[in-house]
Amino acid sequence: MNPAALKANLGELPAGGALIVNEDAFTAQNLQKVGYAANPLTDGSLKQWNVFNVPISTLNGRALEGLGLTNKQVDLTKNFFALGLMFWLYERDMAGTTAWIDDKFSKRPEIAEANKRALKAGYNFGETTEIFHERYIVPPAKLAAGHYRNITGNEATALGFVAASKLAGRDLFYGSYPITPASDILHQLAGYKNFGVKTFQAEDEIAAIGAAIGASYGGAMGMTASSGPGIALKQEALGLAVMVELPLVVVDVQRSGPSTGMPTKTEQADLLQVLYGRNSDSPVAVVAPATPSECFLYAIEAWRLALKYMTPVVYMSDAFLATGAEPWRIPSLDDLPSIAVENRTEREGFYPYLRDETTLARPWAVPGTPGLEHRIGGLEKADILGNVSYDPENHHRMQLLRQAKIAGIAGDIPPLEVHGPAEGDLLVLGWGSTYGAIRSAVERLQSKGASIAHAQLRYLNPLPANTGEVVSSYKRVLIPEVNLGQLSMLIRARFLIDAIGYNRVRGKPFRIAELEAEAERILQTIGATVR
Amino acid sequence: MTDDKMENGNGARSANGAAAGAGATVELPVLTRKDFVSDQEVRWCPGCGDYSILAQTQKVMPDFGYPKENIVFISGIGCSGRLPYYMNTYGFHTIHGRAPAIATGLKAARPDLMVWVITGDGDALSIGGNHLIHSLRRNVDVRIVMFNNRIYGLTKGQASPTSELGKVTKSSPYGTIDFPVSPLAIALAAEASFIARSVDTHTEHLQKTLEAAGKHRGSTFVEVLQNCNIFNDGAFRDFTDREVREDRMLILENGQPMIFGKDRDKGIRLNKHLPEVVTIGENGVSEADLLVHDETDPLIAWMLAHLWWPDFPVPVGIVRNLTRPTHDQMLSDQIAQATSTRGAGDLKRLLNAGETWTVE
Ligand SMILES: Cc1ncc(C[n+]2csc(CCOP(=O)(O)OP(=O)(O)O)c2C)c(N)n1
Ligand code: SF4
Ligand SMILES: [Mg+2]
Repeated sequence: MNPAALKANLGELPAGGALIVNEDAFTAQNLQKVGYAANPLTDGSLKQWNVFNVPISTLNGRALEGLGLTNKQVDLTKNFFALGLMFWLYERDMAGTTAWIDDKFSKRPEIAEANKRALKAGYNFGETTEIFHERYIVPPAKLAAGHYRNITGNEATALGFVAASKLAGRDLFYGSYPITPASDILHQLAGYKNFGVKTFQAEDEIAAIGAAIGASYGGAMGMTASSGPGIALKQEALGLAVMVELPLVVVDVQRSGPSTGMPTKTEQADLLQVLYGRNSDSPVAVVAPATPSECFLYAIEAWRLALKYMTPVVYMSDAFLATGAEPWRIPSLDDLPSIAVENRTEREGFYPYLRDETTLARPWAVPGTPGLEHRIGGLEKADILGNVSYDPENHHRMQLLRQAKIAGIAGDIPPLEVHGPAEGDLLVLGWGSTYGAIRSAVERLQSKGASIAHAQLRYLNPLPANTGEVVSSYKRVLIPEVNLGQLSMLIRARFLIDAIGYNRVRGKPFRIAELEAEAERILQTIGATVR
Repeated sequence: MTDDKMENGNGARSANGAAAGAGATVELPVLTRKDFVSDQEVRWCPGCGDYSILAQTQKVMPDFGYPKENIVFISGIGCSGRLPYYMNTYGFHTIHGRAPAIATGLKAARPDLMVWVITGDGDALSIGGNHLIHSLRRNVDVRIVMFNNRIYGLTKGQASPTSELGKVTKSSPYGTIDFPVSPLAIALAAEASFIARSVDTHTEHLQKTLEAAGKHRGSTFVEVLQNCNIFNDGAFRDFTDREVREDRMLILENGQPMIFGKDRDKGIRLNKHLPEVVTIGENGVSEADLLVHDETDPLIAWMLAHLWWPDFPVPVGIVRNLTRPTHDQMLSDQIAQATSTRGAGDLKRLLNAGETWTVE
């Protein structure tokens, strides 16, 4: 760490933790820049941590002598020195990283060589010096048997959509306007032309969703992605998709707001915008994967619902999920279900708004189908016939039908799963990327004997059918969210329970310790004992 | 689409049954205007110019050789936006200003379709200006027909981006203080590959113009001067009325000198680089001195986009007509190219790409 990194991250490190600093970077100028009055390495303020001073710049510079690089170039490689040191410290194999360096700098072998030398120098420094008293051996995380790769949420999302296209037997059309942190999905999909994926960098967010709706109207799988500010712009068109009942998937990779906010930081504050941010009652289905791996599955699930129910589906991710990586067990293609649906071609008995009795979906009759010429649009439709109608009772009926169609999806999704006792003192309920922190906090308390359970919602509209029953089975319900209480409000309103929110919006994911402390605090208020 | 019905290629078939496009050999009945009339009651104000535009549109449809199920009309919001309901084709009445965006996605997904966009001066140039510009510059193979009545009709008479400076409307009781835009100039700046203008009541000319628009491949922009007899009656009367139109309008013919007037004695000549109206036979002016229309010349197009009565006759006809690769064609080509160099996408390989490991 340099002084700036130290200042920004020290709060995250529990007392006793190891702190590795680049001594060389603690110059008077650098210290002053970030507002340190005295050098923390020497003023005793870091006493509660285990500080290791390493002159990384100097050591690295020496290791790279003779390569003929400029000082600036040498300086740029010092992170690899630090990384090499970490490899030694955690006893990890460096082969993957060296191969990556060779690949990344294949056009500039001298830079590849420098980075590899820095990496090795860092590793060797760990091995030969005696400043570290212990090495940390982290056994590989307990993973189920299978074939694995590392994957980020955005990568898994993009792959999931390509897989969905294959499983549905239709071309994917992806319209998008660049925005952090959603752009990487566009970049990735743009490279998949040989999978029949059509990408379209639109002139704005509205055109992106408009084009996606047009593609779906034509029988393709039209979709779009953005982050909060772009989702706001798409809302009117999303309402159109609700009215014309076409399949559509909208990805919201949430970031910190309001307005431009902190564009690279995470937040979960678009839930109410997605559910209720359109004019009128305008129901859409909403899914939210909880881990990078799940992003793949829920991309397919979003499309399964969109196609089967002829509805827009919003897929909610966030900056933490999008960029966070984890080992992903690569699914076998045979394990993935077909999500194909048929277009309407039969003339006999065709009405644009005659619904399927079980799903309430209307028929998907695409242009080019002889005899089914018809007109759709944003004006209210007569039930069954689909002609423009201002009839008051018809409008009321159609509003109820649109609502019932989405509500009916609850019978087609898995129930909310509970990790822990089926009833007890405390339920911690979350959604989206808070999964990992909540699960660890709950498990820590479970191991201390607390009566506590965890449930993570993957479907936010409709909620799983048993949600009411689950939240009513505990003395208290705690809902941690990286927003000011959006799911809490929904759960309170819908189930009339006194859910307790834990809300911190710092642009960062929750820490396990803070959730553990909050859960413990609540348990104490009801006199429950924690060992 | 993986469906073989929806493979790429021209979905047009000629009415006599001969295939005009790849893969189409089915005998088709000869279609007439009536086949394109839907069962919906037309609900514009009596006397509205939109009736004539609808009638001419229905009349020219059989000429393109597309079966009617392969034709789609997409509109935004406004009086003009109602038109798709009256066409017995596929139709999509979307949201205010966004029709070109929706058409772009449809055409990208379904290159086999013939797609029209119906829009108004407010829909296209105000709320939808961005989409208009970008669909034109991308050369999306869509025919955009803009009904220009120089007013917001549906919302009952507010000023529009084409309303003349100082116009008194409901929203501008002291007159507008906004300079109007020339729709043709915007289309030109946006690099539309086909640009034309016609008039609602000049039925023959309108038919001819729509026919040419329908046959063009690429971004097509047609401005139709349309009378809104309720909120802006007579907006174009000064030069479109039967008695005066020959003297006050210039009918463009590619490769022909720019001549107009009842007696075909007036013309447009360049004086240095600026146009002027001259009379043939006066001051030694002969037909040879007149500017000859060239549908591929950007400077002529720019000049025509700015001629307006009373300083000049108002030009109608095809202002610009270029052949360029279309957006959907280039998109399909890229996919074909990627597939031939990299092979058809293999999902299993894609999922297993990069560094992988096995856990026992
Ligand atoms: C988002 C949105 N804003 C405003 C409106 C109201 N609105 C409907 S049509 C229109 C103007 C239409 O003018 P124009 O495009 O010239 O069409 P015309 O009715 O003259 O044919 C407006 C402002 C709307 N429907 N949607
Ligand atoms: S308001 Fe004007 S443009 Fe609209 S239908 Fe009536 S006459 Fe036509
Ligand atoms: Mg208008």
